[in-house]
Amino acid sequence: MSARRIFARPARFAAIAPYVWMVLLFLVPFAFVLKISLSQTAIAQPPYEPVFDLTAGRASLEAAFAALSIDNFKLLVSDDLYVYAYVRSLTVAVTATALLLLIGYPIAYGMARLPTRWQAVAMVLVIVPFWTSFLIRIYAWINILQHDGLLNRILLALHLVSQPVVWLSTDSAMYIGIVYSYLPFMILPLYATLAKMEPALEEAASDLGAPPRQVFWLVTFPLSLPGVGAGVLLCFIPIVGEFVIPDLLAGSNSLMIGQTLWLEFFTNKDWPVASAAAIVLLVVLLVPLLLYERLQRRQLEQGR
Amino acid sequence: MAEELRKMEAAAGVADVATHPAPDQPLLRIEGVAKTFGTFRAVDGVSLDIRAGEFFALLGPSGCGKTTLLRMLAGFEAPDEGRILLGGKDIAHALPHERPINMMFQSYALFPHLSVRDNIAFGPKRAGMGRADIDTRVAEMMALVKLEGLEKRKPDQLSGGQRQRVALARALARRPQLLLLDEPLAALDKKLRESTQGELMELQRRLGTTFIIVTHDQEEAMTMASRIGVMNAGKLAQVASPRELYEAPRSRWIAEFVGDVNLFDGEFKLRDGHRLVIATRDAGTLVVAEPREPTDGTRLSVAIRPEKVKLSRLGPVSEAGHETAINRLDGMVADICYLGGSTVYKVKLDTGGIVQASVANSARLDADAYSLNQHVVAWFTPDDCVVLPP
Repeated sequence: MSARRIFARPARFAAIAPYVWMVLLFLVPFAFVLKISLSQTAIAQPPYEPVFDLTAGRASLEAAFAALSIDNFKLLVSDDLYVYAYVRSLTVAVTATALLLLIGYPIAYGMARLPTRWQAVAMVLVIVPFWTSFLIRIYAWINILQHDGLLNRILLALHLVSQPVVWLSTDSAMYIGIVYSYLPFMILPLYATLAKMEPALEEAASDLGAPPRQVFWLVTFPLSLPGVGAGVLLCFIPIVGEFVIPDLLAGSNSLMIGQTLWLEFFTNKDWPVASAAAIVLLVVLLVPLLLYERLQRRQLEQGR
Repeated sequence: MAEELRKMEAAAGVADVATHPAPDQPLLRIEGVAKTFGTFRAVDGVSLDIRAGEFFALLGPSGCGKTTLLRMLAGFEAPDEGRILLGGKDIAHALPHERPINMMFQSYALFPHLSVRDNIAFGPKRAGMGRADIDTRVAEMMALVKLEGLEKRKPDQLSGGQRQRVALARALARRPQLLLLDEPLAALDKKLRESTQGELMELQRRLGTTFIIVTHDQEEAMTMASRIGVMNAGKLAQVASPRELYEAPRSRWIAEFVGDVNLFDGEFKLRDGHRLVIATRDAGTLVVAEPREPTDGTRLSVAIRPEKVKLSRLGPVSEAGHETAINRLDGMVADICYLGGSTVYKVKLDTGGIVQASVANSARLDADAYSLNQHVVAWFTPDDCVVLPP
């Protein structure tokens, strides 16, 4: 047996490993969820019907297939509650992502222009919050934002307000929480693009007669677009499905789709509707996901 | 010596190849410019005049401050001391986009997201030119660097040589008074570099634009520039024509940096008309032509270029019948380095030193070639020696 063949085996395994991963941990569960979304809720264990029983013979399987319906999807489209939840999720994600970009870009730009040894320090400062549990950090924000919390005490001490502001259970609190939590995901890809940009490009633009503002908009920003794209999608996609932050910080009068899903699943015990909501969410997110993948592929091609 | 040489060159008509008449005032005057990074003095009090239409080279080893000086001319660094006058106006602290100076970057720094056309049009557009004028200018530049037909390409679809041309066209598109070139040929392979040198010179002569080129390659500087400023440790060591730099270097360091050289340390003994007699440590007594008497003490060095050292089996041969070489050194061939066009012999002298002689291989079948350990006589005339401070 030649040496090449011995080495070929692990190489072949490495090549199929991602597909095995995808099938076992994404496609198979997805098939379950899809099947449940086409079922009806029932007071039983599991709480839906029909149930496929592979031991009960062909006729029973056919009956089970015939019992599947898309009623749950019709409900999602016809009931305002769900439509609003989707619209709100997208609105929150768009607004929060825009805020993240506005705040994250200057930070990333500043970091990329620090002397090299300070860049590493800045990077650690951006990543350090991850060392504390996400949930604890959100609870800390509840503490800061509550009636007699740190924020109100500072505002009162500075005489910016005459009485405590209601922060908790408002959209402001939710946006603060989201922007705070997702900022590193916006900063890091932006920083990576800006830091590897050749400084001579900006110098060339300025040498050719562009004042600083034009240097930024004609050279720096267009060249940082891959980083902007990565940062936007890394934030936008998970924010659409965000559950914990709106649940803990926002009011309960308008729900995001993640919260609606939770309600259907755990409170109403309506697994089929929850599954249908999840499937629709996935389809809604598929568009930006595909965009992201195309962007990555283009970057790879350019990198060659 | 330097004076003599200048006169000789003027007579031969090679002293000033710049075709433009020198105006009373230099185009660029650098006055006592200094720049310090932390504790490192990158540029240490440089003063220099550049005439309009000149092709000037800043030559020096890496870290000598030549690039920092160029970046101060472009406006990317501000000098800590001194003035930079362009056409009489101090621009030392003007921003890069306010200067009528353009630069061609070593990395080319082409905008990867813009086409060749848009790269070249970038400068004219910022200058507020109209669309039609910009199109004309771009077409003119594309023709100048022979890149017609590649307007729509992106920089990553070009070869290294084409990218170099786009960078040059882009830097020239605003018709700058002064073009700075930072190691413009460093990224090209040897053959392409040589042909591009010729094209750059031709272009400069045609446009009459003043060029300042920064390079660490002495051959490149000598080939292209009409004047060379040699920099060392932040200071200008010598500003001279290529020929003067090579034949009349002002210090040991320059003699060694520009080309190869034999150096013999010694002491001044006596004057004999226009000649000095010097007792060297390693090469016996040498006679050199030098009109002036050494001023600072009696210690000095004698420099002689390898191609001016002749070898023979018997001894000095009378040249043109009227002068016999006075400096004769006996020794043994210790090393032979065949370079194709010439052969460099290292001769171990009986007096202890080593002298290098570069002999042109003027015949294909050279029966006269010397072999290792052969006894030879190395000889040279007093006129071919240069006296340098120790």
